[in-house]
Amino acid sequence: MCANWKGRGMPEKDKIALQNFSSFYGDNLALQEISLRIRRNQIFALLGPARSGKTTLLKSINRLTDLIFGARHTGHIFLDEQDVFAPEVVLPELRRRVGMVFDLPTPLPLSIFDNVAYGPRLKGNSQKSWLEGIVEKALRSAVLWDEVKERLSSSALRLSGGQQQRLCIARVLALEPEIIMLDEPCSGLDPISTTSIEESLTELKKEYTILLVPHNIQQASRVADRVGFFLSGDLIEEGAVEQIFTRPRDKRTEDYISGKFG
Amino acid sequence: MQFSRYHTQKIAKTVIWVGAFSTLAVMVWILWQVLREGVPLLRLGFFLDSPHQMGRTGGIFPTIVGTAVLTVVALIIATPLGVGTAIYLREYTREGKISRMIRFGTDCLSGVPSIIFGLFGFVFFVIFLGMGWSILSGGLTLATMILPTIICTAEEAIKAIPNSFREVSYALGGTRWQTVAKVILPNALPGIFTGVLLGVGRSVGETAAIILTAGSSFLMPTSLFSPVRTMAIHFYILAREGISMEMAYATGAALILLILVINTIANWMLHRYVRKLEGKRHA
Repeated sequence: MCANWKGRGMPEKDKIALQNFSSFYGDNLALQEISLRIRRNQIFALLGPARSGKTTLLKSINRLTDLIFGARHTGHIFLDEQDVFAPEVVLPELRRRVGMVFDLPTPLPLSIFDNVAYGPRLKGNSQKSWLEGIVEKALRSAVLWDEVKERLSSSALRLSGGQQQRLCIARVLALEPEIIMLDEPCSGLDPISTTSIEESLTELKKEYTILLVPHNIQQASRVADRVGFFLSGDLIEEGAVEQIFTRPRDKRTEDYISGKFG
Repeated sequence: MQFSRYHTQKIAKTVIWVGAFSTLAVMVWILWQVLREGVPLLRLGFFLDSPHQMGRTGGIFPTIVGTAVLTVVALIIATPLGVGTAIYLREYTREGKISRMIRFGTDCLSGVPSIIFGLFGFVFFVIFLGMGWSILSGGLTLATMILPTIICTAEEAIKAIPNSFREVSYALGGTRWQTVAKVILPNALPGIFTGVLLGVGRSVGETAAIILTAGSSFLMPTSLFSPVRTMAIHFYILAREGISMEMAYATGAALILLILVINTIANWMLHRYVRKLEGKRHA
């Protein structure tokens, strides 16, 4: 890759490009010189043990790291040739384009409907029929509609953990983003919900670019198109899912995938 | 001398129990004393009539109005200022010189005796700004008094909101103000409410600061520039100047009942609000 490439002439198939991107919390290095391209309409899985920088990478793309005191970065992240750290970037717009689902279910203490309508309402459109349409579509895509359609006005805090997480996915889908980032979205879910989430992810990638931190290695092999393996802030290797799982180039990747450490 | 574990346990239990019981006993005794002397004198006319013969006979209606109006004015001024300051301290700035200065200021203010506030209000609002002894002077003085309490409780309430709420709101494309208005304030409201209620208690019970700034006229106020007498001041004057001990106790009893009513209504409203915020519990 050309060192002074600035995102211009980014290939059409790529949605996100990281260029020599490093991230720090105070003096602690979280990500080191990551260069990576993530393709449009694919599921990219970020594999790696805890504290390897996966969440930091996700939060850097939608700049949630801005909220953390002492966080800084070097290098670039491009989204459709747009540097996300450029001064002219409007953060609420960036974050609507790059939706994020967190590892723990985080329903706001509002009704189910109001949780899903939270993002669309922030745009200023609060027309009821329009909101109802969006909320239903989002809840259907997150495989939650049938369970909650009778009680949209009841508290989201009353839902089970798995339902809450699907609610959070619906909440992001209601933004109609371009990219969806999911940080271990299935960690609190039962196998049936996990299967339905995975199925809907496969469906969703037709419209969206998806970044997924899977909650185990098998999940990556089931749903991902490409995989990046991270270790202590380094991107060890990146490639198509078959290649990573059958012919890893790096010994550490092979050890991680075969379960020698985790 | 060495106590066994068993004995230290006994001693600790006794000390704690005595502490709790004496608090309760003092409270009950005070309430009992005032209510026993005062309640038998309460008639409907006492609440609805004006005082006659300096308060020897008649009722306390203008002082109820005075108490209510002063408290409302103080809250209208202090609540937005206090909550705004708390939001600024927690959501709009990081710990630094300015936030430390604000905190130091409010800490100092909350330790100042109320007569000093009264003197400040008298010199600044009554004389310098020419507002005279009036509802406005008294309300502004009370506002400066309850401001530290409101800032402090509002800040605690905002601090208690899980960080994940903020993160979610920002992640869904919320601006800072949208996050404050839609997530921070609604969830901090019960805590803010507690602070406001403490402010109400302090306003209703205050005498020193008010007597110097709002005067002690028991005529019905006609504008914000009218002087007023609050129930607490009425009680003070009746007792201190030996006008009528019976009427003083009756006023005291009425004051205690008023505070009870305010607290009950406030708690009920708060309960309703929390339920509405979270959505219906059952489908």
